[in-house]
Amino acid sequence: MAAVPIESRSALSRLWNNQETRSLILQTVTLVVVLTLVGLVLRNVAINLEAIGKEFSFDFLNQPASYDITFSPFIEYSSRDTHLRAYAVGFQNTLLVAVCGIVAATVLGVTMGILRLSRNWLINRMVYVFLEFTRNVPVLLHILLVHGIIVTTLPPPRGAIDVGGTAFVSNRGFYVPAPVFEDGAGIVGLVLVAAIVAALLFRRWAKRVQVETGRIYPVFWICAAIIAGATALAFLLTGTPLAWEVPELKGFNFQGGMALKPEFLALWLALSYYTSCFIAEIVRAGILAVSHGQTEASFALGLRPNRTLQLVILPQALRIIVPPLVSQYLNLTKNSSLAIAIGYMDVVATIGGISLMQTGKEMETMIIVLGTYLVLSLIISAFMNWYNRSIRYKER
Amino acid sequence: MAESAPPSRYAPGTHPDLPPPVRTTGPIAWAHQNLFSSPLNIFLTLAGLWLLYSIIPPLVEWAFIKSVWSAASRAECWDRMEVAEEAACWAFINRRFEFFVYGFYPEAERWRVNLCFVMMILAIFPVLYDRMPGRRHWFWYVAAFPFLAGWLLVGGFGLAPVGTDDFGGFMLTLVIGVTGISFSLPIGIALALGRTSDLPVLRMLCVLFIEFIRGVPLIALLFVASTMLNYFLPPGTTFDLLMRVLIMVTLFSSAYIAEVVRGGLQGIPKGQVEAADSLGLSYWKAQRLIILPQALKISIPGIVNTFIGLYKDTTLVLIIGLLDPLGIGRSSLADSAWAGLAREMYLFIAVFFFLCCFGMSRYSLYLERKLDTGYGR
Repeated sequence: MAAVPIESRSALSRLWNNQETRSLILQTVTLVVVLTLVGLVLRNVAINLEAIGKEFSFDFLNQPASYDITFSPFIEYSSRDTHLRAYAVGFQNTLLVAVCGIVAATVLGVTMGILRLSRNWLINRMVYVFLEFTRNVPVLLHILLVHGIIVTTLPPPRGAIDVGGTAFVSNRGFYVPAPVFEDGAGIVGLVLVAAIVAALLFRRWAKRVQVETGRIYPVFWICAAIIAGATALAFLLTGTPLAWEVPELKGFNFQGGMALKPEFLALWLALSYYTSCFIAEIVRAGILAVSHGQTEASFALGLRPNRTLQLVILPQALRIIVPPLVSQYLNLTKNSSLAIAIGYMDVVATIGGISLMQTGKEMETMIIVLGTYLVLSLIISAFMNWYNRSIRYKER
Repeated sequence: MAESAPPSRYAPGTHPDLPPPVRTTGPIAWAHQNLFSSPLNIFLTLAGLWLLYSIIPPLVEWAFIKSVWSAASRAECWDRMEVAEEAACWAFINRRFEFFVYGFYPEAERWRVNLCFVMMILAIFPVLYDRMPGRRHWFWYVAAFPFLAGWLLVGGFGLAPVGTDDFGGFMLTLVIGVTGISFSLPIGIALALGRTSDLPVLRMLCVLFIEFIRGVPLIALLFVASTMLNYFLPPGTTFDLLMRVLIMVTLFSSAYIAEVVRGGLQGIPKGQVEAADSLGLSYWKAQRLIILPQALKISIPGIVNTFIGLYKDTTLVLIIGLLDPLGIGRSSLADSAWAGLAREMYLFIAVFFFLCCFGMSRYSLYLERKLDTGYGR
């Protein structure tokens, strides 16, 4: 190849072949194209909204929503309340099912992950079959299936399955006793928080002592004793400020107590066991990834098996487990939006569903829905990134 | 031997052969080691056996032994059983099978769907199986397949047009799944390259897009597609609902693919890029010949997982009113002749999805093993 001398190339070609100017040109062009597209879309939106006489405003949030929400455990709501309050209820329901789901999925997932590592061939295979079948079937199908089972195969409230006279299982939901807090319950709560803080401080102190002198305290048992003992003492001293309200059958349905509606139950159960299958594989892979030499080295140092697990295996396995675990938590939170398929009133079903239908404010409601999930995702991933950093290898 | 007392010492080579120890080999030892090695294991094994016993026989009886495979209605199904409702009524699926496969696709035009299906298998085969003779010549066919299939399914240009509202059932699942899978991979790779490139503006745009898409649920995006997208387009343009769904599903999974591929790109040692640079390769040549082949290889499991997720997520279109298999099933249940057969319907659809997704995950395992060049010789 005969190289063309640089001087004889055109100015343009020289610009193009200079790395810096080339990247500048490329980026300017991209930016102009993207901004033009965004501008076009915004212009279209303005024209389209004007053509049908709609206005872009969030004023509708203060108008009465005039629809009922059957499941709202913490926020008082009636159909006379505003769309904003309906949104708050929806947000509460999304959070509720996400938090409950994350807890249940973690417990179930870790259990199944450990069972998958078990030397017991039968259990190992059974868990494997369950995992493969569950995670290769759409989560929506699981949700609809569980909901269908609850609604169609459980007995109606009149013939509800009685669990010890205090809880009832029926196709209108599970009814369990509700705690009623009396005067002084707040003090017990404060004591509980204080005890947890004290236990954490003790743990730090014990760790420092161990590092400095090698003395090992039974940290777990002492912490448990601090938390349980202090709380129980406060509970007795304030005169047991807790009563239970037992559900009773009145007319066609149960009154009192705490009602877990079929929609909530179906969503919660289905999301938990579906997500737990992914968590199980993550946990298993994480534990397997810690080399066996680590265990042997730890035994050689004379650590007992449970100390080995606690001090050597788990800290290393967690580093591998946490990042994919977070994305499973995020997935569960996002999958909770499938609530709309069975009529559980979450963010999508309230503001993005009925409010949208009633007010015709597609843009505004969808912006609220998308924004809500974005903020939730960012919070969860920020928290988990912080946690992930705190357990990372401290490299020099 | 047993009669005469064995000598206490044997001369070398005279000791009789002993039978192998029962406790270290053979089925009994295996069971002992793997099922009954500790009290906890004994408990787990017994619990597992009890669980299997209480699930498998009733299930087999319900699904196969006592079930009814052909009948005109649910009532007839129940009549044919010894005890009504004691077993599965597969007649429902049997009767509605075509509805489950084609949705409302006109009966006279269904050969087009079948042809498409055959063509799809012919297109997928050379992609998946690399030892096929003349694989290179198939490339153009594979590249042309999505367009040919689109033409066959929608019609026009000499074929009777079929509205996309009539698409439904497993055919709809395949249309959304295959389109999403085949278009999201290149878009995802492009996004991943953008996110790892040296150009700050490009990187920012890619990060914004990826994080936005990954932060919101697919169902919210589908709602955007079904309610809001018309506002974004010039006045007067209408846009097919299925088309909007396809675009959204593709964009959605391409963001996830991008993150998987980025993980793969980050797993490539920097020395590879520098080696390519020192050989004088341009950016694209370096990516195509050196970086991407390695990065894609290590991201295969993640990519296939994303595909499986996409395939399962095709069921969500039910919520914005497209008739995927679940939608078909639910509307079939509304028919009074078949009402109440939800278990059969869900099991049938679950098995369909299981076969597809399990197949994909097995293939990815095979591919991983095949491409494993084994650094740890």
